[in-house]
Amino acid sequence: MLELKHVSFQVGDAHAQAEILRDVSFTLKDGKFFVITGPNGGGKSTLARLIMGIEKPTAGQILLNGRDVTDLDVTERARCGIGYAFQQPPRFKGLTVRRLLSLAHGSDLPEDACCAYLTNVGLCSRDYLNREVDASLSGGEVKRIEIATLMARDLEVAIFDEPEAGIDLWSFSMLVQSFKNLSRGRHKSVILISHQERIMQLADEILVVADGQVRARGSRDEMLPRLLGQFEEDCGFRAKEVTAQ
Amino acid sequence: MMDELLSGLLRSIADIDDIPTDGAYNIRKDGEGMARRSTETVQITPKSGKPGIDVRVAPFSKADRVHIPVVITKTGVNDLVYNDFYIGEGADVEIVAGCGIHNSGCEASEHDGIHRFFVGKGAHVRYVEKHYGEGDGTGERILNPTTEVHLSEDAVCEMEMVQIKGVDSTLRETTADLEAGAKLVILERLMTHGAQTARSNVEIRLNGAGSTAQIISRSVAKDSSEQVFYPRAVGNAPCHAHVQCDSIIMDDAKIRSIPEIAANHCDAQIIHEAAIGRINNDQLTKLRTLGLTESEAEAVIIEGFLK
Ligand SMILES: Nc1ncnc2c1ncn2[C@@H]1O[C@H](COP(=O)(O)OP(=O)(O)OP(=O)(O)O)[C@@H](O)[C@H]1O
Ligand SMILES: [Mg+2]
Repeated sequence: MLELKHVSFQVGDAHAQAEILRDVSFTLKDGKFFVITGPNGGGKSTLARLIMGIEKPTAGQILLNGRDVTDLDVTERARCGIGYAFQQPPRFKGLTVRRLLSLAHGSDLPEDACCAYLTNVGLCSRDYLNREVDASLSGGEVKRIEIATLMARDLEVAIFDEPEAGIDLWSFSMLVQSFKNLSRGRHKSVILISHQERIMQLADEILVVADGQVRARGSRDEMLPRLLGQFEEDCGFRAKEVTAQ
Repeated sequence: MMDELLSGLLRSIADIDDIPTDGAYNIRKDGEGMARRSTETVQITPKSGKPGIDVRVAPFSKADRVHIPVVITKTGVNDLVYNDFYIGEGADVEIVAGCGIHNSGCEASEHDGIHRFFVGKGAHVRYVEKHYGEGDGTGERILNPTTEVHLSEDAVCEMEMVQIKGVDSTLRETTADLEAGAKLVILERLMTHGAQTARSNVEIRLNGAGSTAQIISRSVAKDSSEQVFYPRAVGNAPCHAHVQCDSIIMDDAKIRSIPEIAANHCDAQIIHEAAIGRINNDQLTKLRTLGLTESEAEAVIIEGFLK
């Protein structure tokens, strides 16, 4: 179980400060599938980075299974069972897909296990196993490998940051299916940051983060119609008409 | 059979732990030839009047492999050798060289290998050279290789030069000239640590039409070590050359890269790229989110970078 208690995150110095997240609290129970959505720049990735320990909250607490992990660093949190698939994964010269998956898994993965993870994200595995995760891979390929690395782990909380971004229509269905299986499989609970209705359909609960705050939260059945209908009102976010002068 | 120390050194530099069971070889230990074998297609003969060997590869011989490792196990050895390689027309050969120094004394041990390659028309050479040092003595381990490559028409030479550990001081001089259609690829990988220094000067002269050269240098400098790279590519004909130097700098290390490209023909295309920087922070963070510590993550990144 993951709990956030009054978590805030500010950046800047004494002269110029910006509050990226303000007083965020929520609880994610084991076995739940959470989708976080909201407008660009709302603070979703920052929230994920705080949970992973990449950034430290300026106020508030983060608890995993009742243990305060606020002061643990990234490595320690990873070892507690938190995982984060980046929105923009870095590339590595000389590191093969197979090695990366093995590092994620924590021990050498046999070839067929690697292949299974890759197939689940729609990559034809034989072609990719010994390729390097470097600049020669396309954006969508890197993104899928990033998802596969998280699938190769056993986690308490798995966070995927816009996993569908850059992924083609054909692979998308496959991915949705993989996430469906995932919610009943390896990871105790899953947080998925997404803008896609089809991904939100998988959620037990949906959280709307906008302007650094939790603006709405509820079950999928309750939230989806609201989101599709009155997104603007919840977020104070309305398209302005542009009139030519 | 060999002692542990010797086979350990051979493993580090030549991926063999004993005298090779096939192919030609020449093993040099502490300034003297220790074992040698020629084959039908590869003749190895000692030079007269000065230390070193001549290696002759027969024209059109295929897929031969030659091992010529040098090991130094004593302190205070100063070894200078002249090795010449004559690669016959159309031959295809792999040469595994390399030098390992074990110095547990207090005097410097040094090996200066002067290698000249005369590569015949259309021949293909793959040359691998690994440098390695070990031993707990205070004596320096010094390697100063000089390599001279002459490529005839359509000859191809791929050189991989690696120095990953334990060499205190190195000065590498590499020169090459290329005739029409010849191709040269140099992959240099270097890691320095402690107070080590390394300097690599490379000069490639592309003299023939359609010749191509690629120099890729990847290095990591740790602690207070220092590295200097001075690659030069000179295009004297319609040709292509690409020089790429990437370095990771850590701790209090210093790296200098002084590229020089020159064109003396209007159809010479020469490109140089160089970058020096810290380990990418996103890469470190990514690996840490998989449960690696910072130093484990660094090691994985460096290993990949130098691969
Ligand atoms: N270290 C930082 N310094 C300054 N501003 C920051 C910092 N980190 C995040 N921000 C800002 O905080 C806001 C939230 O960023 P975040 O990446 O969390 O948004 P997001 O909800 O993930 O958006 P998107 O949907 O585009 O991915 C943005 O305006 C961003 O520019
Ligand atoms: Mg984001």
